[in-house]
Amino acid sequence: MADPEIKSYAPHHESQSPAVTESRTARTVLMIVTFAFLGIFLLLPLIIVFKEAFAKGIEAYTQALSEPDTRSAIRLTLLVAAISVPLNVTFGISAAWAIAKFEFKGKAFLTTLIDLPFSVSPVISGLVYVLLFGAQGLLGAWLKAHGIVILFAVPGIVLATVFVTFPFVARELIPLMQEQGNGDEEAALSLGANGWQAFWYVTLPNVKWGLLYGVLLCNARAMGEFGAVSVVSGHIRGLTNTMPLHVEILYNEYNAAAAFAVASLLAGLALVTLVLKTLLEMRYGAEIAATRGH
Amino acid sequence: MTTAPAKAGWRFRQPSVIPGFGLTLGFSLAYLTLIILIPLSGLIWRSAALGWTDFWAIVTDRRTINALEISFGTAFIAAAVNVVFGTIVAWVLVRYSFPGRRIADAMVDLPFALPTAVAGIALTTLYAPNGWIGSLLTPLGIKVAYTPLGIVIALVFIGLPFVVRTVQPIMEEIDKEVEEVAATLGANRFQIISRVLLPGLAPAIVTGFALAFARGVGEYGSVIFIAGNLPFKSEIAPLLIVIRLEEYNYAAATAIAAIMLALSFVMLLVINLVQTWSRKRYG
Amino acid sequence: MEVRVANVRKEFERFPALRDVSLDIKSGELIALLGPSGSGKTTLLRLIAGLERPTRGKIFFGEEDASQKSIQERNVGFVFQHYALFRHMTVADNIGFGLKVRHGPSRPSAKEIRRRASELLNLVQLSGLEKRYPAQLSGGQRQRVALARAMAIEPAVLLLDEPFGALDAQVRRELRRWLRDIHDATGHTTVFVTHDQEEALELADRVVVMSQGRIEQVGTADEIYDTPNSPFVYGFIGESSSLPVKVEDGQVWIADRPIGLSAPHAPQGEATLFFRPHDVDLVEECNGCIAGTVAASRRVAGTRRVELEIGGERQRVEIELPVDHPAAQKTRVAFRPRRWKLFPAA
Repeated sequence: MADPEIKSYAPHHESQSPAVTESRTARTVLMIVTFAFLGIFLLLPLIIVFKEAFAKGIEAYTQALSEPDTRSAIRLTLLVAAISVPLNVTFGISAAWAIAKFEFKGKAFLTTLIDLPFSVSPVISGLVYVLLFGAQGLLGAWLKAHGIVILFAVPGIVLATVFVTFPFVARELIPLMQEQGNGDEEAALSLGANGWQAFWYVTLPNVKWGLLYGVLLCNARAMGEFGAVSVVSGHIRGLTNTMPLHVEILYNEYNAAAAFAVASLLAGLALVTLVLKTLLEMRYGAEIAATRGH
Repeated sequence: MTTAPAKAGWRFRQPSVIPGFGLTLGFSLAYLTLIILIPLSGLIWRSAALGWTDFWAIVTDRRTINALEISFGTAFIAAAVNVVFGTIVAWVLVRYSFPGRRIADAMVDLPFALPTAVAGIALTTLYAPNGWIGSLLTPLGIKVAYTPLGIVIALVFIGLPFVVRTVQPIMEEIDKEVEEVAATLGANRFQIISRVLLPGLAPAIVTGFALAFARGVGEYGSVIFIAGNLPFKSEIAPLLIVIRLEEYNYAAATAIAAIMLALSFVMLLVINLVQTWSRKRYG
Repeated sequence: MEVRVANVRKEFERFPALRDVSLDIKSGELIALLGPSGSGKTTLLRLIAGLERPTRGKIFFGEEDASQKSIQERNVGFVFQHYALFRHMTVADNIGFGLKVRHGPSRPSAKEIRRRASELLNLVQLSGLEKRYPAQLSGGQRQRVALARAMAIEPAVLLLDEPFGALDAQVRRELRRWLRDIHDATGHTTVFVTHDQEEALELADRVVVMSQGRIEQVGTADEIYDTPNSPFVYGFIGESSSLPVKVEDGQVWIADRPIGLSAPHAPQGEATLFFRPHDVDLVEECNGCIAGTVAASRRVAGTRRVELEIGGERQRVEIELPVDHPAAQKTRVAFRPRRWKLFPAA
């Protein structure tokens, strides 16, 4: 029995109990260190992106963004995200259902495998597809004979993106669905619902905020991926350049203003992602469980 | 005649009334195999096909060794920096209340959300000799951009959230009574932090370090802009893979990738061991 | 060590958790702070420990003003309800912690610390568990380790916050007796907080009954039970029945009838009569008694409890009857409290 009296201390702690806080000086020092560190490493890079993007005025900015190559890069990035995110959502839901709702041998191992892409360098994520589909690759000759183009084209970019964003939705949903247990679904089944109905009317509403959270992170990474996509894209301007790749090309051509203009769009995407993510955590903290980050 | 009792032997799956096991597990396994397992085994197969002598020759090539050293060395330093500052940041975010705390907390995730290429050019611009920070450091004789120090800076940026987000939830769970009881037993604030709090946080800190380190070793996008990419000096291993690929030297690219992959699996194993160990011991 | 709490007030953001509390604790005494949630008992305990600072007033350890001392200097042994054991330390390291963090010559050698730890483990009957981690202990064992850890620093006072609150009933009763034995063996001045009156009355030399930030009564179990000095204590400790009455001419009246209790010293006017349900005499002829009709009756172990409706106001009181009493629904029963107390109506 927890005496509620004890609980009532919590909100007051901060201001008093000398046992659990540092001296005023130590607090000040730690705060200054934190602000300086976050300021230099996080805030300044963000500011410089927008500062450089508008360095030559609004007109140059809009002009840079209306370049045909830039526009095609934006279109390609959206297309790639529009394909890979739904694919990984489907996988994430399916894997979470199998892992969270059932007990079977090798479950822990399967869960580890799902996290695998997080521990693989993005460059290697791209490389594996080059080894598979490239001219000297395992399937290269066969693909060429049948006129199928994967590498240095949209399918390759999608594959590499799917690889690096593979775990996002699944690792968000699995702990959440495990925590919620099977009770609701069993109740729905006992009331006559079939599996799809139980999923649609019971499971999905239960995990919708967690799912949205996963989609958000998955999408941010899908649109921003650089290393893996760089290896498989072939850097063909106007054709296989995504926005991050286009940033690189412009930057290497000493067209910094244009590079930062495109970068500012991606930084804007990151900021929107962070804001939505924070709002979700604040409002639905309990419903998206304790899994944060990545 | 007796009916056979329900076999308590090996069973792939516990019975359940919930439908959809075959469909979801089947789809998940198929997708996992196609997207992840086959491509990764392709890499392993290719590097195995190299043969030991070739493999060894590539891996012990001066340039390869240098690139690996730089990747692992800078990632190690950056992870260490993040352990110190990330722990302080987490502490301040968990323990102190100040205006803007929520925003600072959200900002920590920026490196997760900001595309690495954007981070790369932003950091390069900041630390270039004529940049905001670079121009302050140049008179002191400190060169950051286009040196290994620049790589460290980029990896600190990339790795920060890994440490903060691993340590933070454990800090939030710390029972204030534990600190209070230590104080009643005569421990001063420094002793409470060093003997009671930090040992309790150690598994989380080690995990955060390993995550930041593993990510740093493989990082590409944010590093290549600021590194200068001078062979033997500031060329990281992932970049060397890309260079070998562009030279159509698949063998070399594959061998370096295989080494890196093996090392990151070791890291993964370490992380898992640390977590299992601490769960077992401290409950 | 004597502990004196002098006119202490404690506010949390203007909300008074304790209002002007004074208490003298004798050296070697075992004191219980008893009260419902929110009565201020845990606040008082934390103030004695130095975990909180009083808004006003002082706390003395012996002759010394402890309010001036930091928590580290006070040398109190505090046992938290959930023990607050250090999870990453073994049982022996937990117990030795308070000695290990000392500075200079007052710090015993590592060997001495180990010896003290085993000695204390012996005292709390956990010998042999030195190398275990808290996660590997049962609730009752953790409780004992927490107590051993607090005693290791030879505390001036031992303070326990709901020491048995987190344990199940069986272990609770065992540990209660055991704590009494430990106290008698070591003689530490001990204060513990509880909301369980049985625990307080059985264990403590003196019980401090608290309510709404005030001390209602301090006394031995007998004093508290037999002569409660306020309606709150009467109602909170043991079972009680109460009736609104009137005092006139030294007699106690219900409505227009005297009930045969004389109160020559009570002030005239409205009052409340308190008595224990089991402490009544049944009477046959009702001239000067309390009478009512049975509204409900239930069997409680070896006795029968009935609820009576009294008078036109239909006030309900509970009394205890022998099991074989023929009282049934609507039967009229008359009684007179054997021991009772009047409190002026609020």
